[in-house]
Amino acid sequence: MFDNLSEKLDGALHKLKGHGQITEINIAETLKEVRRALLDADVNYKIAKEFTNNVKEKALGQDVLNSLKPGQLMVKLVKDELTQLMGGDAVGINLSGTPSVILMSGLQGSGKTTFSGKLANFLKNKKTKNPLLVACDVYRPAAIDQLHVLGEQLNIDVYSDKGNSDAVAIAKAGVAHAKANGHNVVIVDTAGRLGIDEQMMNEIGNIHAAIAPSETLFVVDSMTGQDAVNTAKAFNDVLDFDGVILTKLDGDTRGGAALSIKSVVDKPIKFIGTGEKMEAIDVFYPERMADRILGMGDVVSLVERA
Amino acid sequence: EKSKTSFFSKLSKAVAGKSKVDDEVLDNLEEVLVTSDVGVDTTLKVIERIEDRVSRDKYLGTDELNKILREEIANLLSETNKGVATEFSIPTDKKPYVMMVVGVNGVGKTTTIGKLAYQFKKQGKKVVLGAADTFRAAAIDQLQVWADRVGVPIVKQDMGSDPASVAYDTLKSAISKDADIVIIDTAGRLHNKVNLMNELSKVKRVMQKLVGDAPHDVLLVLDGSTGQNAFEQAKQFTKATEVTSLAVTKLDGTAKGGVVIGISDQFQIPVKYIGVGEGIEDLQVFNKYEFVDSFFK
Ligand SMILES: Nc1nc2c(ncn2[C@@H]2O[C@H](COP(=O)(O)OP(=O)(O)OP(=O)(O)O)[C@@H](O)[C@H]2O)c(=O)[nH]1
Ligand SMILES: Nc1nc2c(ncn2[C@@H]2O[C@H](COP(=O)(O)OP(=O)(O)OP(=O)(O)O)[C@@H](O)[C@H]2O)c(=O)[nH]1
Ligand SMILES: [Mg+2]
Ligand SMILES: [Mg+2]
Repeated sequence: MFDNLSEKLDGALHKLKGHGQITEINIAETLKEVRRALLDADVNYKIAKEFTNNVKEKALGQDVLNSLKPGQLMVKLVKDELTQLMGGDAVGINLSGTPSVILMSGLQGSGKTTFSGKLANFLKNKKTKNPLLVACDVYRPAAIDQLHVLGEQLNIDVYSDKGNSDAVAIAKAGVAHAKANGHNVVIVDTAGRLGIDEQMMNEIGNIHAAIAPSETLFVVDSMTGQDAVNTAKAFNDVLDFDGVILTKLDGDTRGGAALSIKSVVDKPIKFIGTGEKMEAIDVFYPERMADRILGMGDVVSLVERA
Repeated sequence: EKSKTSFFSKLSKAVAGKSKVDDEVLDNLEEVLVTSDVGVDTTLKVIERIEDRVSRDKYLGTDELNKILREEIANLLSETNKGVATEFSIPTDKKPYVMMVVGVNGVGKTTTIGKLAYQFKKQGKKVVLGAADTFRAAAIDQLQVWADRVGVPIVKQDMGSDPASVAYDTLKSAISKDADIVIIDTAGRLHNKVNLMNELSKVKRVMQKLVGDAPHDVLLVLDGSTGQNAFEQAKQFTKATEVTSLAVTKLDGTAKGGVVIGISDQFQIPVKYIGVGEGIEDLQVFNKYEFVDSFFK
């Protein structure tokens, strides 16, 4: 389905050959292909437009034009720009506070519960922490059981209160339980919710206010399309979250949502989920993501051919 | 409502008195469609069709353009969505009628099954659920909660058991109970995982030992907020299980689910249901005109 961008660019760049310099006219075709690739990768419509305009400005204004082939320059420009937009310096997870409190948030089915387990496991094994998982999803059938099953698999304690339908109270009690039992990290799993669901957004706002997390994470499915910007914005407006988790990257999605979200809320992407198993967690590499969005498995070979 | 009027008023200004749709209109249309996840290919297809019709029919006013627009987009769905079904209905010549529900992780399979079971039960049908997601933590408990809510029997084994064996048991139990409908839940799986996709083919084969032409419906559930990756999902699930219908979930959110237009068009699979919430009643029979209209809201 997705034609590789490098193939398309190859075609478009072919026309640039022999020009030696980028002009408004000969770059148009290439930019169209870049924009098309971004849209195919689910980068938000407006952001894709802005992006190609920025790249154009940079390309036209460059002095180094004559010393490089235009094709090479374009590939490098696009990739660098993408990488830079998604990256910045790697930001770790903030584990201040005793205990450090981490709040999970996101849409239904994005992977919050699974990631809560993965993160707890990661902190236990890699940072020798003693985490507690807290089950605040009082809505979804068997959501609490799900967290308990993960806790058992990982040998990590889970706090829940099955009869209680007050998620804010459970979150508070969870943090208190952690303090009383010597846990130095608390990970609070919450129910999935829509950004436009006022009542549910109020609930998570109240949880946030009640437990004052050192780290609030927004979990997003990497297969998300154009709506990623709306959702990220809605959650950020209420929670002012600290970082983004991109899940299900073990699939073949191009993951343009990563760029959209980063552009719209300017929060770092901290971890990625790469499978259903508890070990399938990785840090985020902007450059790899840039390649992925562009569908350029092999940028080097493209540059060589250009 | 606000953006709807603004789109159509922009539209009317840009086309007033013209016999050709100009670039501004097309740009606006492109934006609406692409931001609804319709995708570039399908968007171009729609735009081409509109240009054709306008040059042929000598378009006059906004009303006509609006109508043409709705028609052309809906036409992409029409091949496969002929009937204007408003009821949850299934063929009565198969007993039990076997449905298998498939899709990638977290799209809403289990929830959709609960909602479907509720609708069928309401019609007085005998429904049996099969908990063939034996992999995800507490997936069986989740389906059990739904079965209890609806008041239908569920067939299950322990976590980690063979999904094909659960499906087989479910059919066997359904036959002995003289049930009308069987709905099999399966574990979420990404379509690029060959082993997991093969497992689905196996579940199918094993069910055929009891009911030769089962499953009668393979329902692929797509998350309405999914972007262009849904194409690959449709392609790979069709390859492994011959998908016969689609459900689009989570349309109560701000995502438009436009990607199903291209999918329905390309794979000739009808969209049957849409999910519009987490509650038991939050499933609707798909209506293509309402769906298309939602892009312009
Ligand atoms: N392949 C893959 N599957 C994942 C990943 N992360 C989560 N999942 C799966 O996605 C589905 C949903 O994950 P959950 O953790 O239940 O998602 P959630 O956000 O807690 O869902 P709700 O609580 O219902 O809102 C499950 O089938 C998980 O196994 C991932 O990185 N890769
Ligand atoms: N808002 C909304 N949420 C939905 C809808 N359908 C399902 N959900 C929610 O989405 C999440 C995932 O739903 P599930 O039914 O568990 O999805 P699944 O495909 O069975 O997930 P796995 O078995 O883990 O692959 C749950 O929180 C559901 O409540 C819908 O139409 N609207
Ligand atoms: Mg959850
Ligand atoms: Mg399920």
